[in-house]
Amino acid sequence: MTAAWTADQPMVKCTDVRKSFGAFEVLKGISLSVRKGEVICIIGPSGSGKSTLIRCINALVPITSGTIHVEGIDVTDPQLDKLALRRKVGMVFQQYNLFPHKTALQNVMMAPLHVLRQEKGAVEERSRALLAKVRLAGKEDSYPGELSGGQQQRVAIARSLAMRPDVMLFDEVTAALDPETVKEVLVTIRELVEEGMTCMLVTHEMGFAREVADQIYFTDHGVIVEHGPPATFFTEARDERTRQFLSQIL
Amino acid sequence: MTMPPDLRDRLPVLLPFRLCRSKTQHRLGAGSGALLCVSLVLFAATASAQAGRVVPSTLQVIAKWAPLLLTGFAFNILISAFAMLLGTITGLGLGLGLLSELRPIRQVSWALTQIFRNAPWLVLLFFVMFLVPFQITIFNVRIPFPDWVKATVGFALPVMANVAEVVRGAVKSLPSTQWEAAEALAFTRRQTMWRIILPQCIKRMLPPWMNIYSLVTMSTVLASIVGVSEMLTLTAQVHAAEGGRPELFAPLYGFALLCFFLYCYPINLWTAQLERRFQTR
Repeated sequence: MTAAWTADQPMVKCTDVRKSFGAFEVLKGISLSVRKGEVICIIGPSGSGKSTLIRCINALVPITSGTIHVEGIDVTDPQLDKLALRRKVGMVFQQYNLFPHKTALQNVMMAPLHVLRQEKGAVEERSRALLAKVRLAGKEDSYPGELSGGQQQRVAIARSLAMRPDVMLFDEVTAALDPETVKEVLVTIRELVEEGMTCMLVTHEMGFAREVADQIYFTDHGVIVEHGPPATFFTEARDERTRQFLSQIL
Repeated sequence: MTMPPDLRDRLPVLLPFRLCRSKTQHRLGAGSGALLCVSLVLFAATASAQAGRVVPSTLQVIAKWAPLLLTGFAFNILISAFAMLLGTITGLGLGLGLLSELRPIRQVSWALTQIFRNAPWLVLLFFVMFLVPFQITIFNVRIPFPDWVKATVGFALPVMANVAEVVRGAVKSLPSTQWEAAEALAFTRRQTMWRIILPQCIKRMLPPWMNIYSLVTMSTVLASIVGVSEMLTLTAQVHAAEGGRPELFAPLYGFALLCFFLYCYPINLWTAQLERRFQTR
C-alpha cells in the first residue's frame, strides 16, 4: 500500500470517516482529500467535529469506521506504525503545548535529536534557522513561560517543522491568542503555504482562510455540508446552514 | 425529615473536621523553633539543678556521652539516607508500574503500593528483620546482612510505596496535552515519560519527597526495638550505665529529641518554603 503511493495521488484521503465517543457520534461520514501542496481550511461552528477530524489524521484519535490514508499509509491499519505516520504529519495545537522545562531552541531540537536521532550540530543549526524563520531569532534561550502566546505558537510551528513533515495540521492555532498576536502567527503560516507546504487548517479566521485556502470545507454536526474554492464558497454558498454560519461570522 | 428550628439549635452536632483551619497554616517559625530548643536545654538544666551534688550533673553526663550518642544519631541518618535512596529508586519503578499501559503490571504495582502504604512501619520492619536471613551464600560467596541493613530495607519498603504514589500523582497532575504534543512529534511512550513528563514532575515531587524523608528519619528509632544500635538504643544503654537514675531520664531522651528536631525541622521549613514557591508559579 505504502509503495503504491505516488505524488500525483492525494496526500491525505479520508473516506466515510466516522467517530463516536460513546453513544455520541462526532463524525458522521467525512470524506475529503488533500493533494500535495494544497491548503484546505475546515470551518464550522464549535462542536462540529473539526478538531476531532484533524486529530484522526495523525492517529491521535482512533476512528470508529471508514479509512484514512496519508501518503498511502493506512491510518486505520491495526498494525499501523504510528511513529512513522507522525514523522510525516506535523501538528500545531490551539494551546501551543510547548515543553515548559525546555528553552525555545531545545523545544525545536528535541524531536529531531531523539526521534530521528540526527546529529546534534546539524539539528542545532537547522533549529536556529527555523526559529529565525518564524522571526524568533534572539529568543532561542527563552523558556516558554517567558514568551507571549504568539511567540510560543511560532516556536510550536518551528518545533513541528523541525521534523520536516510532508503535511501540517493546524488545530485552531490562533483561537487562544490575543488579537494583536494573531497576525504574526498567520504571517508565519502564510509563508509556509507560499513555500508549498501541504496544510490542513481548522480555523475561525475567515479572512485568512479566504486568502490562503485552495478548498474550504464547512462542517456542521459531523458532516461536511459543503466545500469549494474560497472564491465561490464565500459568495455563492448554496446550503442554508452555511449561509447562516457565514452571515454570523462575516 | 424536618425538625422544628428550636430543636435543631439544641442538638449536638459534630462539626466537620478541617485539616487546614485557615489559609495561613500554623507553622513553627524560626524564632519559636529556637525558643523550643532553649526551653529543652533549660529543662535539662532544671533537672540537673534538682540533682544532688555528689553525683555528676546532668549536663556533665550528657557531655560525657554525647560523642557516643551522636555516633548513634549518625547511624540513624545513615539508615534513613540509605532507606530513602533504595526506596526512591524502587518507588520510581513501582510508580511507573502504576502508570503502565499493561494491565497486569498496573495491577501488581497497585497491590504492592497498597500493601506497603497501609501497613504499620514497625510491622514491615519486623517482617524484614525476621524473614530475611542474616547472610546469604551465593556461589560460595557469603553476603552478610547485618541488622542495620535489614532495618534499612524494612524502612525502604514503605518509602517505596509512598514514593510510588507521589510519582503517580505528579505524572497524573500534568496536563494530558503534554502527552499529546509529544505523541504528535512521534516520541515513543518511554521517551515521553523520561524526557518530557518526569523532568517536569521533579519540581512537583520534591516537597512530598522531602516530607517522606523527614518521616523516615524520625521512624528510624523504631530500629531500636529490633536491636540496631542506633541513637535510642544507645540512649537506653547510657541511661543504664549511669545507674538508671530517674532524673537522667528526661535529659537523656530530651537530648535525642533535640537532635532529631534540629535535623528534621530545617527540612520541614525548607519543604514548606519550596511548596509555597511552587504554588505561586
